[in-house]
Amino acid sequence: MRSAATPATRAPSALQPAAEERAASVDTPPVIVIHPATPLSAARLALARDLRLAFRKRGQLVQPLAFFALVTLLFPLAVSPEMARLRDIAPGVLWVAALLASLLALEFLFRDDAHDGTLEQYAISGQSLISLVFAKIVAHWLLTGVPLALMAPLAGLSLGVPVAALPGVILSVAVGTIALSLIGSIGAALTLGVKRSGALLALLTLPLSLPVLIFGARATQLAITAGPLLAPLELLAALAVLGATLAPIAAAAALRISLE
Amino acid sequence: MTWTWFHRLASPPYVYALAARLTPWFAWPAGLLIAAGLWGGLVLAPPDYQQGDGFRIIYVHAPSAWMSLMVYTTMALAAAVGLIWRIKVAHAVAASCAPVGASFTFAALVTGALWGEPMWGTYWEWDPRLTSELILLFLYLGYMGLRSALEDATRADRASALLAVVGVVNVPIIHYSVTWWNSLHQAPSVMRLSKPAMPASMLVPLMMMLLGFTLFFAAVLLVRLRGEVLTRERSASWVREALSA
Amino acid sequence: MRSFLDMGGYAAFVWPAYAVTLAVIVLNVVWARRALARSRTAARQRQDRGETP
Repeated sequence: MRSAATPATRAPSALQPAAEERAASVDTPPVIVIHPATPLSAARLALARDLRLAFRKRGQLVQPLAFFALVTLLFPLAVSPEMARLRDIAPGVLWVAALLASLLALEFLFRDDAHDGTLEQYAISGQSLISLVFAKIVAHWLLTGVPLALMAPLAGLSLGVPVAALPGVILSVAVGTIALSLIGSIGAALTLGVKRSGALLALLTLPLSLPVLIFGARATQLAITAGPLLAPLELLAALAVLGATLAPIAAAAALRISLE
Repeated sequence: MTWTWFHRLASPPYVYALAARLTPWFAWPAGLLIAAGLWGGLVLAPPDYQQGDGFRIIYVHAPSAWMSLMVYTTMALAAAVGLIWRIKVAHAVAASCAPVGASFTFAALVTGALWGEPMWGTYWEWDPRLTSELILLFLYLGYMGLRSALEDATRADRASALLAVVGVVNVPIIHYSVTWWNSLHQAPSVMRLSKPAMPASMLVPLMMMLLGFTLFFAAVLLVRLRGEVLTRERSASWVREALSA
Repeated sequence: MRSFLDMGGYAAFVWPAYAVTLAVIVLNVVWARRALARSRTAARQRQDRGETP
């Protein structure tokens, strides 16, 4: 007598359609019943996986932040320790440092998954690669952009930014880094597996990130002078939305090209 | 029936032979037009009442800027065709465009700086048009850098093609930047069809230079295309015959 | 002739601009022809080595 099918409880195959397998006896082959996962549930799982894995390697998370702090430190030493002068260049310094730190972090957006074959699994899983890539980008922003935004006030204070401007600084960096993660994912996907791709990644990503830099710095500047910072902030948000619609498509296409 | 010519364009040996035949038909008119444009612009055209003889830089600056945009658009179109229909010849066209476009972008930036210093008082200004033209140069360099970094030829073709298509958004930004934003760079005066701001004696040499540069690009593209096609075709049998021709 | 070379006082800007552009034109011609010659040599070598598709 054939025993009833036992559904697979855990989901190592969460990205593969969930399967029920009949306990196979020697003569009968197992019967697979497919419960297809939705793109959203697959994306959620990818996001959770990325966050979990990243927290296991906390040292790697800290690197971009340390880089950000160091770069900001360079300017008072190299330019001038006068607070008045630093305050003038603070928006630019903060944003260049944030941009470079994001670039640094982009290198590990796809690297580990490409290394252990997960990326290929994503590509052939039958799930929408675009939504999986989008999930990875969201994870990247949560792991890089948000911490940068939280660190920016500290760096800003060291550059003479008034305390009243700090919420504006946090907000502009938080929104701006969304667009940076999105735009950067395209370059990261194109240079997948290329050795010493840092400079090339910068060359590909920076030209497309310049609008973010321009509006972000302007928003920070207006936050410092207590001006109408809503306008550039809205433009940053618009760039983020535009990026969110287009970048994952381009990045997914680039991944398929790189994995071929 | 009417599509056979299109299909033949995807055939490397056909393109190789056609490019060789067509090159002189672009090269000679290009040379003549550029020579005539130089004569008209440097000698025949009267000095501008505001800028004097300094305005003559337009006869090298405007064509160079036009080239930087036109070549990128061609490159992006060829890249898109290569990506969508997987035609290797299209990728060869895109690869041929990049060095030409990059060099003329450089020329546009340098000639623009040389024009800006006497007219605006500065070699450089971070206004939208100049900044986005500089970005264009980096896009070209990124395209060529990505190509050389990827060893697999097919991946190099397709990845750089994707990059070219993504970057094409910069082209309308450059073109319309002078109308969208208050810019140091002057608004379009030549392409306004209603009432061109230039008299014919100044306009005609400019048109000749623009057309001459365009034909020059076609000729250079055809020469480079033959080389790219040869490289891609590895050891196909038609190559032997073509080389001895 | 002198006034032609002088370009109304703008000679220091006009002539370098023309020089750079003409240099770019010449560079493109040389570069393209050299690239084609290199491809032809490489292809010939491949043919001589007898590499078949």
